[in-house]
Amino acid sequence: MSIAYAALNPTANILDRAETFETATVSLDRLRVGAHARVLAVKGEGAVARRLMEMGVVPGAPVRVVKCAPLGDPLEVRVRNYHLALRRSEAQTISVVLES
Amino acid sequence: MSSTLESPSPRTTEPAGGQAEQAVRPLVVALAGNPNAGKTSLFNALTGLRQKVANYPGVTVERKEGVWALAPDLRPARLLDLPGLYSLDATSIDEQIAHDVLTGRMADTPAPDVIVAVVDATNLERNLYLVTQLLETNRPVVVALTMFDLAERAKLEIDVKRLGESLGVRVVAVTARQRRGLDELAHAVLSAVGVETPGVCWRLSPRAEEEVLLLAGDGAAGREAALRDIYSDELPPDAARREAVEQARQRLARLNPQWWQEPLTARYRWIERVAEGSVRGTQTERPSTTERIDRVVTHRLFGPVVLLLVMGVVFQAIFSWATLPMDLIDRGFGALAELTRAHMPPGLLTDLLADGVIAGVGGVLVFLPQILLLFFFIALLEDSGYMSRAAFLMDRLMRGVGLHGKAFMPLLSSFACAIPGIMATRTIENPKDRLATIMIAPFMSCSARLPVYTLMIAAFFSEKKLFGFVSVGALLILSMYLLGITVAIVVAWILKHTILKAPPPPLVLELPPYRVPNLVNVAQAMRTRAWLFVKRAGTVILTISILLWALMTFPRASHNPAPGAQVVAAAQTASQTGIGPTGETSQGAGQAQGGAGEASEQLQQSFAGRLGHVIEPVIAPLGFDWKMGIGLIASFAARETIVSTLSIIYNVGKDADASSPSLIEAVRNAKRPDGSPAWTPLVAVSMMVFFVLALQCMSTVAVVRRETNSWRWPLFMVAYMLVIAYAASFVTYQGGRLLGLG
Repeated sequence: MSIAYAALNPTANILDRAETFETATVSLDRLRVGAHARVLAVKGEGAVARRLMEMGVVPGAPVRVVKCAPLGDPLEVRVRNYHLALRRSEAQTISVVLES
Repeated sequence: MSSTLESPSPRTTEPAGGQAEQAVRPLVVALAGNPNAGKTSLFNALTGLRQKVANYPGVTVERKEGVWALAPDLRPARLLDLPGLYSLDATSIDEQIAHDVLTGRMADTPAPDVIVAVVDATNLERNLYLVTQLLETNRPVVVALTMFDLAERAKLEIDVKRLGESLGVRVVAVTARQRRGLDELAHAVLSAVGVETPGVCWRLSPRAEEEVLLLAGDGAAGREAALRDIYSDELPPDAARREAVEQARQRLARLNPQWWQEPLTARYRWIERVAEGSVRGTQTERPSTTERIDRVVTHRLFGPVVLLLVMGVVFQAIFSWATLPMDLIDRGFGALAELTRAHMPPGLLTDLLADGVIAGVGGVLVFLPQILLLFFFIALLEDSGYMSRAAFLMDRLMRGVGLHGKAFMPLLSSFACAIPGIMATRTIENPKDRLATIMIAPFMSCSARLPVYTLMIAAFFSEKKLFGFVSVGALLILSMYLLGITVAIVVAWILKHTILKAPPPPLVLELPPYRVPNLVNVAQAMRTRAWLFVKRAGTVILTISILLWALMTFPRASHNPAPGAQVVAAAQTASQTGIGPTGETSQGAGQAQGGAGEASEQLQQSFAGRLGHVIEPVIAPLGFDWKMGIGLIASFAARETIVSTLSIIYNVGKDADASSPSLIEAVRNAKRPDGSPAWTPLVAVSMMVFFVLALQCMSTVAVVRRETNSWRWPLFMVAYMLVIAYAASFVTYQGGRLLGLG
């Protein structure tokens, strides 16, 4: 079996990049609609944080805010080529780095 | 933090004796995949109509099994369709069940010989997450790559062979609709029996790997056991090892508070590598068709409008389109009852058949049109991808009450009938949120309350106008709907803060791409729902029907050999005038008035009639007398039954309906023993309030029993709704009297 092993410690990678481009670290709920970003960390604990990560929101993953629901909550984001709805309270636990 | 690195069986599974084993028992294959990955379509394509649906023991998770004819000369396999899941780490009951089945821990379900992982080609990375976990179970895995045509259209070139090499298992591209790739899939499954799968193929950070190595010692099996012990919820039973694991966790946590996330991140890193190697073509950022549709459908202003329109159509369908087939069923069973009466000698057996059994069966089947219609729309909306959008739009509002966005649809359908509404709560994953939704669904004013409202308004408020143009009747009906909604909101809030206490349900919801609904899936879903209802709820409804019949038939009125307590049947045959028996003289429509007198006497003599007297002191504060008490008892079967019961009590014949002048007259003229009128406008309003809030519907009780798998919840529901209804009626009547309205 020729299985490629995973790249190690992706978080450090993004931190470097964040410094290089002097981009801001914010939580996902603060992004404006249409903004592109990359996940830095999922800070929550427990089932919700785990579910978010299982759905592909892991450090290093690109995300884009597509829109927010008519009453301002939940948010719709695009991650890993599909669309995910999550509440602002959940988005708050995800810190992201803005991409130019 | 549980993890799925389980390997109950050794690394090499059963010897590769697939053919020999097949002589003993059929091959067991399990279908596992993300929701919306095309699993149901594939299951239907592989099994055709040869499938059965039941529940897993003790829970309400559906167990779907079918027969898959793998190859013409081989014994067919048993194909298990597992609930759709994103991960094997159990956060919902569905995932727990799937996990137990896949690891062979589910009673009555053999561990699968081969797992078919259903993977949506247009959404490869997230779908592969589950696959990494399936590979870790060390059972033979075959990947079925669905939506391959859609991926090609989206300019995604997937090298199926390379993908298979990277994953270490066979990958087969399938298109269920065109039945493409199904034979190849069968072949892949057969050759996968007993074949070793790669297991854990990702690596953690060096620091974490050190800890794993420290715990593992040598060998791949040791590494997997160490990973499982460190990163799963449970601790190993062995004391020394538990100590070592706890220390390893503490060291890891000191370095990184999110240490538990490492396996999740590592799996995705590995998946990115796999995808990079086998997918060509960019996943363009050009807005997809779905995104363009969503510009309208989840738009700030148009979104709610579209939702309103969609719901309007659904509501219209179950509220009015269903009435024609429902009337037909009603009349059919009424005619059948009459026919039975006409061709059998009068007596108890005939009465039991006509009024107990036939009326009971009719009472079950009469719900089928609504159930079929609602589930037609639900399946259509689910399959097309709209349902998640509705939850997305409604989530903020529903959360205010502590409910999930997905509770919206079931609650709305409950305005037509709570039964399909309660059955539709299955889409809500969290059991507590689902229970809270079920518990408040019957407060939505369903169509069975309308005859009661109609009678009350026709008798006391028909001509009245407010300010000269607002109809008091319409205003009252509107108030009744609003009363139900208000009480539902309050009860939901209370439940969510007491016995069903739980943090507000999280919303992490996939908004799948829009797809043309698969009509086979839709038809299959309708069939399954209808059958489950008839089989499980139907038996309870039938039993209660017969019980109620007995309550109203015994003891017999002394001078009347066979009057027939036609109460239950009266609801069924309410519009039966003219369809009378021909030969018989003792029974029939021709002597409605005389028969009604006998029936009335019988009813007053019966247990139900006596119960009416017994409960009179209790219901007197609500403004009700004992005759209304009989109506209330009968209406426990179904709300609309009170109309036919009152007709019998007031001697106007069982054929009267809610708007027949004779019944309205009788209600207006009914007197108490002291000569005062039994009904007043205030009594009528009190009665309506009672009907909004009390759970007088045995079918709802039966369905809640089925959906919660216990008698505890339905009984609690009957009790608390009765208390609320009593209190509200009490306040209405006594308050009204204090204000001088009595």
